[in-house]
Amino acid sequence: MAPRAAARLELLGFTKVFHYHAGKLDWMAAGLPTEGENAKRPRAGTVARKDVPVCALTDRVGQVRDRARALGWDAAVAVNDDHVVLGLLRSAELDKDADQPIEEAMRPGPSTFRPYVPIKEMADYMTQHKLESSPVTTSDGKLVGLLLRSDAVAQAEGCPDCVRKMI
Amino acid sequence: MATVIDRDQVQDLVAQGAVLVEVLKAEEYQEDHLPGALSIPLAQIDRETVKTLDQEHPMIVYCWDAA
Repeated sequence: MAPRAAARLELLGFTKVFHYHAGKLDWMAAGLPTEGENAKRPRAGTVARKDVPVCALTDRVGQVRDRARALGWDAAVAVNDDHVVLGLLRSAELDKDADQPIEEAMRPGPSTFRPYVPIKEMADYMTQHKLESSPVTTSDGKLVGLLLRSDAVAQAEGCPDCVRKMI
Repeated sequence: MATVIDRDQVQDLVAQGAVLVEVLKAEEYQEDHLPGALSIPLAQIDRETVKTLDQEHPMIVYCWDAA
């Protein structure tokens, strides 16, 4: 659609026309702000906790567990140097052998969600699939935050119309 | 032919004053649009709807995705 719009503008005399190929989906998946009716409603990216502890694959379970729990967390996200999500550690993984490297202890390749997903959808999905927490990432796989099911459910209760409209 | 750009280039061009134009239906624009974007649905792009826009000004058009 956008290429046709660009061609149309050029036919009408516009000389500097650019086409944002990846479009609105790419923008929203990067967690960038939008305007409009949905922008005021809570979404995965706005509700996700940004202060979730992160760790590297070479860290040891014991040190990550101690650091996470000292901060009041029972979860941590394994990321690389670019903050791309590599794995997730929930309570069960954090309780593994203290000397085990994170790479062996973590849940590799956890399901991730984009920041623009309405919170009601997230709450329903996480409840149905019994997910206590889920990483929210950009389209590049970079961590935005960790969404807790309890947060998603609480926010969804206050926003029953927080679902995507199919136009 | 229009120049294809990515997200970073969009942000750079907008910072320089480029105009964003969403060409999806108005209902979709009302739901969510890029900050400051105008709504000109594809079917409505004609001399009348663009007459207030500066033809020498950079224009960035976008829709939902690359499909």
